[in-house]
Amino acid sequence: MNTAAQLYTPAPHGDRAGPVIDIEKLSLTFATNDGPVHALSNIDLKIDEGDFVSFIGPSGCGKTTLLRVIADLEQPTAGRIAVNGMSPEEARLNRAYGYVFQAAALYPWRTIAGNVALPLEIMGLDAKEREARIARNMELVNLKGFEKKFPWQLSGGMQQRASIARALAVEPKLLLMDEPFGALDEIVRDHLNDQLHQLWAKTNKTVVFVTHSIPEAVYLSTKIVVLCPRPGRIYDIIDSDLPRQRTLDIRETPEFLKVAHRVREGLKAGHSYDD
Amino acid sequence: MSGTVGPVLVVLLAIVAIWYVAAVALNAPFQRDIYARAGQTDVPFLQLVNDTLAQERPILPSPAQVAVEIWDTTVNKKITSNRSLIYHTGITLSSTLTGFVMGTLLGIGLAVLVVHSRVLDKSLMPWVISSQTIPILAIAPMIIVVLNAIGISGLIPKAMISTYLSFFPVTVGMVKGLRSPELIHLDLMRTYSASRAETFWKLRLPYAVPYLFASMKVGIAASLVGAIVGELPTGAVAGLGARLLAGSYYGQMVQIWSALVVASVVAGSLVALIGLLEKATLAKMGMNR
Repeated sequence: MNTAAQLYTPAPHGDRAGPVIDIEKLSLTFATNDGPVHALSNIDLKIDEGDFVSFIGPSGCGKTTLLRVIADLEQPTAGRIAVNGMSPEEARLNRAYGYVFQAAALYPWRTIAGNVALPLEIMGLDAKEREARIARNMELVNLKGFEKKFPWQLSGGMQQRASIARALAVEPKLLLMDEPFGALDEIVRDHLNDQLHQLWAKTNKTVVFVTHSIPEAVYLSTKIVVLCPRPGRIYDIIDSDLPRQRTLDIRETPEFLKVAHRVREGLKAGHSYDD
Repeated sequence: MSGTVGPVLVVLLAIVAIWYVAAVALNAPFQRDIYARAGQTDVPFLQLVNDTLAQERPILPSPAQVAVEIWDTTVNKKITSNRSLIYHTGITLSSTLTGFVMGTLLGIGLAVLVVHSRVLDKSLMPWVISSQTIPILAIAPMIIVVLNAIGISGLIPKAMISTYLSFFPVTVGMVKGLRSPELIHLDLMRTYSASRAETFWKLRLPYAVPYLFASMKVGIAASLVGAIVGELPTGAVAGLGARLLAGSYYGQMVQIWSALVVASVVAGSLVALIGLLEKATLAKMGMNR
C-alpha cells in the first residue's frame, strides 16, 4: 500500500477533484463516398483517476475510435471531451498519456532499450535520466537482460511488453491501450493480463483498455463500457464490484461470472438487430 | 554469394562462346577478300577461323584480342601515359564519383523537400520526372559549352552530367522511402508530440535507408554513363569516353571494345561496392535478417 501512496501525485493542473477523462455528448462522423459513417454517437462517459476501464464491443462499434479521440489521434465532430481538464490536444502536447497500439510498433533499427528510449529522447531527457527510466521500466515488464536485443530477436509477447515499457517510460498517469494482446495466443495473453493487473495495482495509473475478450475485460477492469455498432454508442456501463487485488483464479468465482454474464448480455442485446 | 557464382559463370561462358562465333562470322568476308587478292584458294577452315580472330582491324575483335589489348594498355603502360587505360579510367572515375556524390545529395535534398511540402510535391516532381525524358546526348554538349563559357572546364562539367543522371533514381527512391513508415509508427510519434524534424530524423530517415541504397546502385551506374557521355563533346582528350570516340574515329574496334569492357567492369565493381556498404550499414542498424 505504501508504494501506491508514494507513486500517487496530484494532477498537474490542479483539477484533482474532476475526472481524468470527461466526455459529454460526443459524436464522430466520418464522411465517406458512400455517405456519412457514424463512428461514435452521443457518448457520455466519465473516467476517474485510478480506474481501469475497458471498452468492449464487436468490430465497428467505435471502441478504438473512442480511444483515439481521447489520444487526439481523431477529432470529434460534436460534443465535448476533456483529458485532465484540458483538451485532448493540450493533453497530448503535455504528454499526459502513454499509448499502446495493437501491434508493438517497435523500430526495427533500434534495440529494445533504444526503443524504450525513443519517447525519452523526444522529451529531451538527459542520458542519466533516460538510463534510469529504461532500467526501471524494463524491470517492470520483466524484460531485464534483453536491452541490447533487436525486436526481431524477441517473441511477439515480449515485443508487446517492450512496447508497454516504452509507454510507461513516459511516466504518464494515463495509459491508453488498444487491444494490446489481441494478436497473442491465449497462454501468453493470460500471463500478460496478470502482469498488467499487477502493474496497475502497483502504480495506481488510470488505464483505458480496448478489447474483444470478455474474460480479459472482466478480469482487468473496475469499469466495463459495452459499446454497440451502427451508430457506435455506449450500451451499458458496468461498475465491477470485484476486489481491486485479484489473481487469475478469480475467473472461476460466481461474482466474476455474474459480471461476465452481464457483459455478454449487453453485447448480445446491442448486436441483436443486426441479424 | 557462392550460390550465384556458378550460374553467373555459365552465362559468361555462353556469352564468350557466342562472341567467338559472331567474330568468325563477321570477319570472314573480309578475310576471304584477302585470300582472293593473294590468290589463295582452298584455305582450310581452321586457318580461316584463326585468321579471322587475328585481324589487325576486325569488325568484331575476338575476346582474346580484347583481353590482350586490355593487358597491354594497363599492365604494360605507365599509369601517367596517355595510352594507359588505367589513366583514362581514373579520369572517368573521378568525375563519376564527384557527380554521384553531388547527385545523391541533390536527390536526398529534393526528396526531403517533396515529402515535407505538398506545394513542392505538386510543382517539383513533374519537373524531376520530365528532366529524364530529355536525351542526355542533347544536354551534355550544352552543359559543357555553357560552363566552358563562364570559365568552368575539366572535371566539374562532366560531373554535372553524372549528377543530372544520378539524382533522379535517388529522388524517386528516397521519396518512396521517406513516405514508407507505417501509419502506426507515425501515430506513435504523434502521441509523443514529436516535431516534424524529430519524426524525420528518428523515423523517416532510418526507414528510407534500404530505399536509399537500392537507388544509389542505379544512380552510380547512371553516373558512369553520364561521365562517359560528358567526355565525348570535349574533343576526346581523356577518359574512357575519349577512348571510345578516338577508337571510332580511327576504326580501332579493339580499342573501343577494351574501353567498353573496362567500363562495364568498373560499373559492376561500383555497384558491388555500394552493395557491400549497404550490407555493412544494415548490419549495423540491426536490419540484416
